[in-house]
Amino acid sequence: MSSQPAAAPQDPGAHIVIIGAGQAGLMAAEALRSGGSSAAITLLGDEPHAPYHRPPLSKAWLAGEVDAAQLLMRAPEMLARKHITLRTGAAVQAIDRAAQCVRLADGSALPYTGLVLATGATPRRLPLPGAEAANVLTLRSRDDAAAIAAGLARCQAEGLPLVVIGGGFIGLEVAATARKKGVAVTVLEAAPRLLGRVLSPQLSDWYAALHRSHGVALELGAAIERLVVQDGQARAVQLADGRELPCGLVVLGVGVQPNDALAREAGLAVDRGIVVDACGRTSDPLIVAAGDCAARRLPDGRLLRLESVQNASEQGKSAAAALLGQDRPFTATPWFWSDQYDRKLQMAGLSEGADQAVLRGSLEDGPFSVFQYRAGRLVAVDSVNAAKDHLTARKLLDAGVSPTPEQAADLGFNLAGLLAG
Amino acid sequence: MTTLTYIEASGSRTDVDVPDGWSLMQAAIANGIEGILGECGGSCACATCHCYVDDLLMAALPAPSASELDMLDNVSAERRPNSRLACQIKASPALAGGSLTLPETQE
Repeated sequence: MSSQPAAAPQDPGAHIVIIGAGQAGLMAAEALRSGGSSAAITLLGDEPHAPYHRPPLSKAWLAGEVDAAQLLMRAPEMLARKHITLRTGAAVQAIDRAAQCVRLADGSALPYTGLVLATGATPRRLPLPGAEAANVLTLRSRDDAAAIAAGLARCQAEGLPLVVIGGGFIGLEVAATARKKGVAVTVLEAAPRLLGRVLSPQLSDWYAALHRSHGVALELGAAIERLVVQDGQARAVQLADGRELPCGLVVLGVGVQPNDALAREAGLAVDRGIVVDACGRTSDPLIVAAGDCAARRLPDGRLLRLESVQNASEQGKSAAAALLGQDRPFTATPWFWSDQYDRKLQMAGLSEGADQAVLRGSLEDGPFSVFQYRAGRLVAVDSVNAAKDHLTARKLLDAGVSPTPEQAADLGFNLAGLLAG
Repeated sequence: MTTLTYIEASGSRTDVDVPDGWSLMQAAIANGIEGILGECGGSCACATCHCYVDDLLMAALPAPSASELDMLDNVSAERRPNSRLACQIKASPALAGGSLTLPETQE
């Protein structure tokens, strides 16, 4: 690393355009430069903000513990030093592959010799009657989080509860932050358990108990009839059984949809995400994609779309390498984390299809991990306040080493020892 | 504000006025210091804000938490006795005049 300015772009004809100034887009821009690209690089963001960290939005930022400046991913002069041109508030309307340019909402066109799609995802909204009310919010951007923070402040001032619809990570993190602020919270989850597609039943139950112990009213298997709206504001959530839960704010945390419309309209292969190979290449050799918007084709033909910092960051670097003509496949074990109250959940691997779960440590006191197996092979490890287990799990899964369930359950057994040699 | 010195792997030194309560990772990024990534945004989840702290900081800082120690097992540059994660260090007047050196690599 050096503080010397990068050499100014040498190749006047080459211009790489990156659509999306989030984690994946920024990582791609920097990896292009550090990988030796001499092209002009333009990073287009449709938000008014320079690239910022999204993970704290539901946690420290919402809690008021950090300010906007602390969210910034890079100082503006750092991008300038790398000759990366950042354009904020720049929404793209279309990709014209024949003319090799992107058309911006302001009517201008930007020619490209290489294009990175890092367009992210958009929170889903529910087709519930009343869901269009002004205080029914989703969380993706800094501005979304600011609106939720203002809504929580109103809840505090007026003694009104927050209702979270959807017991996924975003919803539960917002719930935990709201409880910290003393706001009454109800979480409504349609499924019979929290985080059911990710966690083992045991860990789902543990999270349900954690939230209830912090005063969250949790309704599993909840069926919502409608939102009761007065003067444009949702005043209550009405359940199918007729009960009405009063609310000052509703937060929807019911998943996201990948922003793949630009790619689809441009004729690229799209299947619930922009289809890419392990190196981030799309069906057009000049165009790569990375992050939440990209669905990676696996060797067995299935598509995998992940929403995580690691995925955005690593795919961004792979996509940059692909534009430089290099293969940098991203195939590492996926990892994720979620902070709720004073518990840090760190997940390694993908638990889909898991048929056996083994506990290492104690659910009652202190750190523990749940090792999930499919047909006898380790596929995922979920660790709570147990970073060492998490890091070991990533290495085990990367290496394809599967401890026996008995070894995983035995705190006296050194799992890292399986990696030696 | 507390003034600390960041020493990049190239040897270049930058004095930074860090607002109290900011993490040393956030201050590095805000001031364009190279060599700190902070990919996870300061959640102690990625170990890409590894730094080596000087004797003054070693003496002034509280010991790392269990989770910071675990993450330090995963840094990509050499781990030393004075290795810390900059996202876990909050600026306070007690750190004034301290310096931290950044490793060659974070990933």
